[in-house]
Amino acid sequence: MALVLNEEQRLLRDTAREFLDQRAPVAALRKLRDSRDATGYDPALWRDMAELGWASIILPEQYGGLEFGFTGLGVVLEECGRSLSASPLFATAVVGASAILLGGSEAQKAALLPSLAAGDTTLALALEETHHHRPHHIAATLERGDNGYRLNGHKCFVADGHSADHLLVVARSSGDTGDRDGLSLALVARDAPGVRCQRTIMADSRNAANLRFEDVAIAEDAIIGEAGAAWPLLEQVLDRGRVALAAEMLGLSREAFERTVAYLKERVQFGVHIGSFQALQHRAAQLQADIELCHSVVLQALSSVDDNPQQLPLLASLAKARLNELAKRVTNEAVQMHGGIGVTDELEIGFFLKRARVAMQLLGDTGYHKDRYASLCGY
Amino acid sequence: MRPPAIGVNAARFAALYRAPPIARAGPACAVLSPAVTDMVIASAGAAVKLARIDDRPQQPEQETLRVQDLEQFRLEVRQWLQDNCPESQRQPATPEEQYWGGRGGHFPSDDARLWFEHMRDRGWTAPEWPEAYGGGGLDPRQARVLKEEMKRIQARTPLYSLGVWMLGPALLEFGNEAQKQRHIRAIVNGEIRWCQGYSEPGSGSDLASLQTRAEDRGDHYLVNGSKIWTTSADKSDWIFCLVRTDPAAKKQEGISFLLIDMASPGVSVTPIELISGESEFCQTFFDNVKVPKENLVGELNQGWSIAKALLVHERKLMSELGSDSPRQQVAPTAAAREYLAFDNGRIADAQLRSDLVDYDMQMHAIGLTHFRCFEEKAAGVQSPAPLVMKYLGTEAEKVKSELLLAIMGSRGLGWEGDEFTAAELDTLRLWAMSKAMTIAGGTSEVQLNVIAKNVLRLPQS
Repeated sequence: MALVLNEEQRLLRDTAREFLDQRAPVAALRKLRDSRDATGYDPALWRDMAELGWASIILPEQYGGLEFGFTGLGVVLEECGRSLSASPLFATAVVGASAILLGGSEAQKAALLPSLAAGDTTLALALEETHHHRPHHIAATLERGDNGYRLNGHKCFVADGHSADHLLVVARSSGDTGDRDGLSLALVARDAPGVRCQRTIMADSRNAANLRFEDVAIAEDAIIGEAGAAWPLLEQVLDRGRVALAAEMLGLSREAFERTVAYLKERVQFGVHIGSFQALQHRAAQLQADIELCHSVVLQALSSVDDNPQQLPLLASLAKARLNELAKRVTNEAVQMHGGIGVTDELEIGFFLKRARVAMQLLGDTGYHKDRYASLCGY
Repeated sequence: MRPPAIGVNAARFAALYRAPPIARAGPACAVLSPAVTDMVIASAGAAVKLARIDDRPQQPEQETLRVQDLEQFRLEVRQWLQDNCPESQRQPATPEEQYWGGRGGHFPSDDARLWFEHMRDRGWTAPEWPEAYGGGGLDPRQARVLKEEMKRIQARTPLYSLGVWMLGPALLEFGNEAQKQRHIRAIVNGEIRWCQGYSEPGSGSDLASLQTRAEDRGDHYLVNGSKIWTTSADKSDWIFCLVRTDPAAKKQEGISFLLIDMASPGVSVTPIELISGESEFCQTFFDNVKVPKENLVGELNQGWSIAKALLVHERKLMSELGSDSPRQQVAPTAAAREYLAFDNGRIADAQLRSDLVDYDMQMHAIGLTHFRCFEEKAAGVQSPAPLVMKYLGTEAEKVKSELLLAIMGSRGLGWEGDEFTAAELDTLRLWAMSKAMTIAGGTSEVQLNVIAKNVLRLPQS
């Protein structure tokens, strides 16, 4: 039953919640922000997450993976959304691992996946070149060189771009900026000669970076998938990333909503709890209804990754569009219903508000995914 | 795998990562999926999920067996429908083509009669009711298979009936044996047509304030008052009513649930014309109507709890109207292809394209959530989802109707006449009717109150 978690998945969720409560609550993100931590996450936390198997949930056993399925990864991501925990989970265990798993040669998989599974190697997908998600608007070039290829170009809004060990760079082997044909996916060490990296401090206090590549040498065997024909692979990887972000935003929205409902039961004005006011009750009830829909959408999208991949593009766009809107609406209402304290930095609601805005932009905003859904429906 | 370092019980960890094979296996057997074109069902991957009933991994063999049984049942149902559903009954029914049963019921065609009789004889006019009372005796999964297979060939509902949809489940739960014997089989067989008497002119959202009195006169109750929005009361044989039996008690505590024969002296009915031009709703008057005491369902003054249970059925029914409408409304996407200009494969009007995709995504999400409700019920998982579905489903119906009018432009505004197609005329009437959906069966505002109180547990003023 794809829309009901099984016993093991529930156990995984409960374990994750317990672990994150102890090790990576919202206060941990605040601490990283206030200390201007250079890495942007706690490497010790990531080691422990890897020990819990989170880095390898979707990987096959032969590479040291748990082979627990994408829904399993989804429940962990949802919990990370509740606690706003900063870690390489999204960039490495979802996007990076999927790219290698789906596009890598046997040799590449054997070389990389065990180390990803153990949490020893981190990855980041360097895709965007403009301030909106345009996955085939790629000007960065990958040209034939003496021994392999040369990479030139720039990238922005790269999640974990300044902290990952390796970068998966989307670059153009042929064609014009905007073409789906002619794209390649190249694996580049972040400390390779010619790679320049500038961390960007974003609203959510999480990791992002701008990158510049100047005549970076790329070996033949560092191309993931077929050179010049990476679009189908890229789209699958991006859809997995979109579903993962939707799962994170579901957790984020639930947590912000639950905290708000608790506040409505606690705050007294005019001599009564403000939660007794129908004006607030109806808005809260409408959010609950939307959360119920989004819950079903996320579970279906997660399960389609493993069970029904031909439906994944439609479901990924449905999930990303709907969860973008949910996260925006819930976080706005959370601030408003908390009143004055809602706009203080002391209250953690502001962290949810800010992370939501970044997650909404990552891998496609609502307009992008509504357009894609409509196109997939034939209009 | 190293043992966990941080505060996680090692045994739990082991349990986590020792997945029984079934949880990872693909479909346990070759599965025949219902060949549905409906996007929601297709994406819900109904067949895949049926084959992966893996939420009880400790009993993999039994679960696999059940899946096989279910697929065997699907094959049987498919063959039976092939043999027994007349070709003419495999297309959507217009309102005139629906069979509602009852003393005055007439079959719109010989095929409709044949189809009804075949289904009735298997108890499949009420597939999940006990065989002892004439029902089909199917479990919920089998009933779902039947529904899917009927939908696959567009088989008509053989009997439209408030008795099947609403009164029957309440009688099975609260009625005494004599009442079940008398009324349930008559409902399954379509012999008696029922209507509902809940609202009153002075009691709408505040239903519990109802004033229709039933006085104890020794061997009978004497009923006086009136009920409104009694759907098809003018065509019904019996009415199930909420009546006040203790005026002194707190309002919810003085209400009883009474069955009344519409042929009783003192009962009269007046149809009410609606903005849609139709008159399905009536006002029903009770003037010194004598009702035998055996027609009281449940305990005296305990009718409110029956009413609430019945409202759950009604709201579930209304929440599913969009996906299972007796009327065939044009699908917005199909209407868009017919009525809108396209530019490079896209709807040229950006606003309408945006509205259409919003609607499609909402219906996709609602369809998935209906499916989740079903799966959660089957798995015994508690969830707030059923409580939000009436609100979402009826609001979506209104959005759909507005969207269709916008897509059709002035062609969607024709009230009558040959200048408009039947579908265009229907669209406008259904648009007007859709306004009633968020009012009947508890307004949207009442639904939100219920969610705030029963799901969010917000303080009541």
